[in-house]
Amino acid sequence: MSTSANGASSVRTIDPRAAWQEAFRAAAARDVDFTSLSGSELEELYGPTDADIDYERDLGWPGQFPFTRGIHANMYRGRLWTMRQFAGFGTARESNERYKFLLDHGQTGLSVAFDFPTLMGRDADDEMCLGEVGQVGVSISSLRDMETLMDGIPMDRVSTSMTINGPAPILLAFYIACAEKQGVAPEALRGTVQNDILKEYQAQHAWLVQAEPALRMITDVMGYCAENVPQWNTISISGYHIREAGSTAAEELAFTLANGMEYVRRGIAAGLDVDTFAPRLSFFFDSHLDFFEEIAKFRAARRIWARKMRDEFGAKDPRSWMLRFHTQTAGVSLTAQQPENNIVRTAFEALAAVLGGTQSLHTNSMDETLSLPTEKAVKIALRTQQVIADELEVTHVIDPLAGSYYVESLTSKLEAEAEKSFAEVERRGGVVPAILDGYFQSEIHRSAVRYQRATESGRKKIVGVNTYVEDDDGVPAIDIHRIDPASEREAKVAIAKLRSERDGAAARRELDAIRRACQDGGNLLERFVAAAHAYCTLGEIAQVLREEFGEFQEPKIL
Amino acid sequence: MTDRRIRVLVAKPGLDGHDRGAKTVASVLRDHGMEVIYTGLHKTPAMIAEIAVQEDVDVVGLSILSGAHMELFPRVRKELEQRGMAHVLLVGGGIIPREDIEALEGDGFTKLFGPGTNTDSIAEFIQTEMQQRWAKEGADA
Repeated sequence: MSTSANGASSVRTIDPRAAWQEAFRAAAARDVDFTSLSGSELEELYGPTDADIDYERDLGWPGQFPFTRGIHANMYRGRLWTMRQFAGFGTARESNERYKFLLDHGQTGLSVAFDFPTLMGRDADDEMCLGEVGQVGVSISSLRDMETLMDGIPMDRVSTSMTINGPAPILLAFYIACAEKQGVAPEALRGTVQNDILKEYQAQHAWLVQAEPALRMITDVMGYCAENVPQWNTISISGYHIREAGSTAAEELAFTLANGMEYVRRGIAAGLDVDTFAPRLSFFFDSHLDFFEEIAKFRAARRIWARKMRDEFGAKDPRSWMLRFHTQTAGVSLTAQQPENNIVRTAFEALAAVLGGTQSLHTNSMDETLSLPTEKAVKIALRTQQVIADELEVTHVIDPLAGSYYVESLTSKLEAEAEKSFAEVERRGGVVPAILDGYFQSEIHRSAVRYQRATESGRKKIVGVNTYVEDDDGVPAIDIHRIDPASEREAKVAIAKLRSERDGAAARRELDAIRRACQDGGNLLERFVAAAHAYCTLGEIAQVLREEFGEFQEPKIL
Repeated sequence: MTDRRIRVLVAKPGLDGHDRGAKTVASVLRDHGMEVIYTGLHKTPAMIAEIAVQEDVDVVGLSILSGAHMELFPRVRKELEQRGMAHVLLVGGGIIPREDIEALEGDGFTKLFGPGTNTDSIAEFIQTEMQQRWAKEGADA
């Protein structure tokens, strides 16, 4: 509407959208890349035509198919997410003290980080492990170490997540045997074993044996737990490591769900009813700095999984359709420069995870680009979650970003991209052939290099690294958490003592029984529990597996 | 002599599986015209030194994010020396605290690169260093 010179009012038809577009184009834009953190193009504005959503079909109600809005009807009004800080270092005795510290400060679940020797199925005194014992996690070589780790912690009341993959069934056996010694029945145990070998081959690289026998051990775990440890999450299908290794958000989502579907196929092929094991599968995602992209990723993950499980795999139990997930904030987003800024980055990433409906959360500590975190840094990270939970009032409304044109459009776009990726994996003959031909590894590497180049050219900004740089921004000299070399010596002494004290003949019998089960197809987890009670060590059991199944050889992509 | 291509071994000692940095640096060095050999994961110091000999490299770059650098980096240096490879330009990177950087730079490592390092600057450092070494070799000869 405008007023003409003679004062008479005249009506002109102006399309407000066209007017806005014209005004938008006429205005100067800052000279930056308007792309997502993953490098995908973004519109300047999203509107009703961008989000092609059928509410009942694509979103639905919380706790209902396809779970886009969350897996629980009441979400955080019922129960907050589990605050689960990943921790572990040095000897079992030292980590046991840290766990008690965290539980005393309001943490509600344990999350065990193992050292590289344990992750690779080697005992602390193995010559391959020089300098590595207790460095990035706790060293566990036998049931006796597990007994020390869980000493004074009620295993029937605490849920425990164990980040272990190649030798996951062996560590789970130590945990089950440890509980039995505490007088806790396996049925009462709650927790998660990561046990996701496919992403190890793709991204994280702590493997033990070749892919096919490794997948057989995973179906052994699914079968054994369905019967004996029914509350245990048998696989935590992990995108975290894929993302940290350099993938985009879309690749993290697609590769992780492709892996998840592969485990389901394997379980079904092993003769298990999908509804007996699928409810115990859980997921683990990264939460990076692109706030909306991350929230959309979590929502898309739930929707894709629900559709696949119900419509492709024929699962009948709604719990099989629900994608439950743990989140960790992005370690790769932390900077060594001006490390206090990492507290801020982590807080935003944690908020994205909460708005995306996570079931549990780990917040990184500000000093983790320099060493394992100090106690003070860990406490700030935990307090960050508590501030979100108790002060931001964001927990009162379920899936608060639903209906945002932008978020819904991103959610649908990520789902469509994932479908393309699934088709590519299928074209290559499935997940295992695609691993062996280096497909995932090459894609992840390409994305990592592209991101590195984007930051180095200044197209992507990192405060303290390529913008707002302060003098002397090399590696800062801050207080760090150093692992005492005495831990390695202590762990070696402990294992020598164990070998001299146990019934050697009984241990040998159990190792022989494992070898036979490798050959005749008996359930290996059952054998590992028996071997744990006979104090066979991790390295001894893993050695039998390496001999029987062959070590995995890394495909060359460079 | 300026046509001579720098041969670099990018190596991952120990059990650490974090190879994002190593592979990214390997790709960037290749983009800068160097011949780059990547060892792959889980290599012992002796294995790395063997490959360095076989490939007759000018530079060995080590990457560790597992905290085992103080144990493994000096071992790689010793294994190289035992095989007559004391002359190689030895560099490294990873999650390495400042005082360890200082210690290693006083122990046969010419330069350690911390988190946030620009990868082009790594390539430039290696190029400059090798040009100087080759110029000196030429002058000595």
